[in-house]
Amino acid sequence: MSNQQKHWEKTRSLLFITLAIWFVFSIGIFLFGAEMNEVTGPFGYPWTYWFTCQGSLGAFVILIFWFANRQEKIDEEFGFSEREDE
Amino acid sequence: MIKGNFIDNLPKVYGIYTGGFLAFIIIMAIGEQMGMTKYAIGVCFVAFTIFIYALIGWLSRTAQADAYYVAGRQVPTVFNGMATAADWMSGASFVAMAGGIYFKGYGYMALLVGWTGGYVLVASLLAPYLRKFGCYTVPDFIGTRYGGNLARFSAVVVLTVASFTYVTAQINATGTIASVALDIDFQYAVYIGLISILLCSMLGGMRGVTWTQVAQYIVLIIAYLLPVFWISNKMGAGFFPHFMLADEVARIGELEQQFGFVKNAAADLKTVPKGLAGITKAHSAVNATPWAFISLALAMMMGTASLPHVMMRYFTTPSVKAARKSVGWSLFFIFLLYSSAPMLATLSKLSLIDPNLPTGIIGKTFAEVEAIDWYQNWNQANLMFISDFNGNGTLELNEFFMGGKAVVLATPEIAGLPYVISGLVAAGGMAAAMSTADGLILAIANAISHDVYYKIIDPKAETAKRLVVARVLLVVIGFAGATIAAMEIQGILGSVIWAFDFAMSGLFFPLVLGVWWKRANRQGAIAGMLGGLAAGTWYLVWVRTGGSGFLGITQLTFGIFGSAVSLVLMVLVSLMTAEPDKATQKMVDDVRVPSGKSILGKSH
Repeated sequence: MSNQQKHWEKTRSLLFITLAIWFVFSIGIFLFGAEMNEVTGPFGYPWTYWFTCQGSLGAFVILIFWFANRQEKIDEEFGFSEREDE
Repeated sequence: MIKGNFIDNLPKVYGIYTGGFLAFIIIMAIGEQMGMTKYAIGVCFVAFTIFIYALIGWLSRTAQADAYYVAGRQVPTVFNGMATAADWMSGASFVAMAGGIYFKGYGYMALLVGWTGGYVLVASLLAPYLRKFGCYTVPDFIGTRYGGNLARFSAVVVLTVASFTYVTAQINATGTIASVALDIDFQYAVYIGLISILLCSMLGGMRGVTWTQVAQYIVLIIAYLLPVFWISNKMGAGFFPHFMLADEVARIGELEQQFGFVKNAAADLKTVPKGLAGITKAHSAVNATPWAFISLALAMMMGTASLPHVMMRYFTTPSVKAARKSVGWSLFFIFLLYSSAPMLATLSKLSLIDPNLPTGIIGKTFAEVEAIDWYQNWNQANLMFISDFNGNGTLELNEFFMGGKAVVLATPEIAGLPYVISGLVAAGGMAAAMSTADGLILAIANAISHDVYYKIIDPKAETAKRLVVARVLLVVIGFAGATIAAMEIQGILGSVIWAFDFAMSGLFFPLVLGVWWKRANRQGAIAGMLGGLAAGTWYLVWVRTGGSGFLGITQLTFGIFGSAVSLVLMVLVSLMTAEPDKATQKMVDDVRVPSGKSILGKSH
């Protein structure tokens, strides 16, 4: 397998992991919205309410930065990283 | 004070700008103490900020295609994040979102999740690859990846339908704010709003829009956060509202139990002015089915990843790596406002309905409420209304009605903040609506000038001529948008949501599969774009004209149907026709590698 194919393989698995985490915070938890809202969560808010106000939103911010760093590592590993001055 | 390259000095330039704006707010506050009228303060805020944007627009004027279309591809990540956040957060986010949360609670908050979660799709599926491609517009990508004028033109059609639906709502919002702040007729205020918008984008194109959007973000975020923190502290609800309002949320739940949600008779409701609503849904309880919540969030997420005015902001970063990071910064800056909206809704609702608070009006007599200064003001502005349905003389929860906009616009006054804050909020709303309208009008004008005029009609046109065409189109599209906005056909929020549905119906899968599925070909993409848009539009019309719909898909989520049709058509047609030629497959391989030359040259 060529260098480029390996790079794409790794990029694709990173995409699947990222989308899986995205799915949990955007869709998964809201399947159980009513049940989860009975329980007190962070800062004393009900869990589901907290996720819609802050939790999911914050998780997406962290997820994107995490994804960007992982992808950079993959690019560097295969020598596809861009030069800084570009 | 400032030496050398503009880009290197950005933190300093915007630091001085922020300091200057804060100083301006303080001067206005002093002016208020010394007896400046409310009208004068409102005019100063709106006029001063618009003047600054116009100045930036003029300083950014350019005659180069690269600067006009993609700001020279040198916008640093953090600043591009701010610009995207301003581009993204529209008049609807700023003025209407907290109101929606106030009235509809959980079911509405699907929009918060949808309008942020979409950025994960942008970062992982599209933005870095489109940046690598080196295109000027979104149809530029479609046209080159799939080849042929018909594919390019189909993308322009989808883009125009979605963006135009969106932009009328934004011009409407600028008109509403200008008409209130400057005290003029809405019909004329719309055109004042439009001229301010064009001042930012006409001369500098994307470069002008980028630097004004950063300035607009700073104004709008100060205007949103300052009142939230101030009110929370003044009420004694907590020093940092985001982490400290759990007791207030619980207290609203208690009061809801105590008052109950009494259903009003239809005849009584007829006497309530149009557009006002009462509190009929629980504040923090789960009041929607999982599918209702998830389908709305999903539609907004896929729509986010298909809206061209957002995508093209990532064409302006210096590198692919910077494009990815920049998506993260965009969402961070959006998060600052979105996570504050539920807090504002909570503070606003509690201060109105809690009888233990001095501002609470529920349980007071009608004579008492009607004597309150702010009630009279907002009643006159047609945003508040009370009526004694049961004739007992005291105000009940079901007898109090308010417009959605009042949550953002009136809460500072209700909580007893000085008027200067209301002036600031007007400037913030104006900034939010203007920045989004700018991005949208530019997206449409660029697509038509670059993709239809230059690529299809006259490929030999010189740069100077292309930019003249782009500017003329900008003005024409702006005036068309303002004319439709002046007719006031739809509400602001409804048309924004429709824009997302249109965009995802026609563009989501052709864009994503263009990068992630090598086998996707021209015939499939055209079928996907036109078929998806047609299917979505048909569903919307069907439901609007009394159709029952299926699978719980409503007129707000019709994009789910449209994009499903788009996916099926695109895959089937692609598989039934020949696979793309070797050159195209090689191009897709190149797009997937971040380093190396972009696919399209520097000035194509």
